[in-house]
Amino acid sequence: MRDVLEAIQKWRKEGKRVALATVVKAEGSAPRREGARLAISEDGEMAGSVSGGCVETDVMYQALDVLKSGEPRLLRYAITDDMVWEVGLACGGTIEVWVEPLPEASAEPEFPQEEKP
Amino acid sequence: MTEVSPRQIQTQLEQAVAEGRMVAQATLLRGPGRAGTRMLVWPSGQQTGSLGHPELDRRVVADALEMMKRPRAESREYSEFDARVFVEVFPPPPHLVIFGGVHIAIPLTTFAKTLGYRVTIADPRRKFANRERFPHADEIIPEWPQKAVERIEIGPTTYIVILTHDPKIDEPALKAVLGKGAGYVGAIGSRKTHAERFERMAKHGIDPAQLAEVYAPIGLDLGAETPEEIALAIMAEIVAVRHGASAGFMRDKNPRPVAFDSGSGG
Repeated sequence: MRDVLEAIQKWRKEGKRVALATVVKAEGSAPRREGARLAISEDGEMAGSVSGGCVETDVMYQALDVLKSGEPRLLRYAITDDMVWEVGLACGGTIEVWVEPLPEASAEPEFPQEEKP
Repeated sequence: MTEVSPRQIQTQLEQAVAEGRMVAQATLLRGPGRAGTRMLVWPSGQQTGSLGHPELDRRVVADALEMMKRPRAESREYSEFDARVFVEVFPPPPHLVIFGGVHIAIPLTTFAKTLGYRVTIADPRRKFANRERFPHADEIIPEWPQKAVERIEIGPTTYIVILTHDPKIDEPALKAVLGKGAGYVGAIGSRKTHAERFERMAKHGIDPAQLAEVYAPIGLDLGAETPEEIALAIMAEIVAVRHGASAGFMRDKNPRPVAFDSGSGG
């Protein structure tokens, strides 16, 4: 999350909507584990990653759809013999990716903060 | 509890992550409420938002608090609620504390920042500890070690490196940080230097068991020669210690015949 936060905040400043893709399940030798994130702007810009680079393009197109519909979706990528040359994972394994439209964050807190240090 | 908007949850989450405060986020992937509903859980046990069912909330809060002890992310099934929830803990970033603003500390700070560490430089010599040399450090403390440690919170995610080569600074620094539960303490110097240091400090009543835990000579065996390479060897050692890894060649781990290794790469 921390690694994509800067890009998210930059895109928001530019008035762009943002979708966030998160690995919520990783099995086998998947290259990135649970919590790995790819942020996508409405212009198709990307920050971060959810795999070694093999499914990001597909996730990006799905994310643009999610921004259009406003509905989150769960994607599943698994390596299969006929997928190896398409969107299969170069490292093998199976991943599930949750893609959601990101709500805007307010610049200033407009409510009491919990757990202030 | 009062209604919390997705926007408020997002704002609180981003602020906590940016400020390095511990928080957990739970996202409903499937269940009683609307998919995508999120809830934050704070170390105090307080929650912000709801997943749509008070009993499910209670269960998830308890699990999130447990997960904070060993921060991670995972999808969890709650079959009584026909719910699937992705819970992720966002711990404070690891903290690298460098005693000695020497040449090696400059590339070491660069590596640590790239890896997401907060970096503090402590050195009483202002010629070494200054913003011109360390524009990329989070904090510079131009104080003697005894004084500097008063401003540093030491815990399992604190990684401490002692680099001055000067016993006047190195030894008080070791004395100040040992036994405080740091995740790693490493000190520069040859095997001989460290043996002499060890002997002197043991004479001054420092527990030899604590001294034995110091990584010295410091760094992985990369054949490092330049300050940059030495910094890389130190950083790599810290990463290995943090993950409890053996730091050998990947190739030599679980060796298997290359011909059958069809799924490698990436």
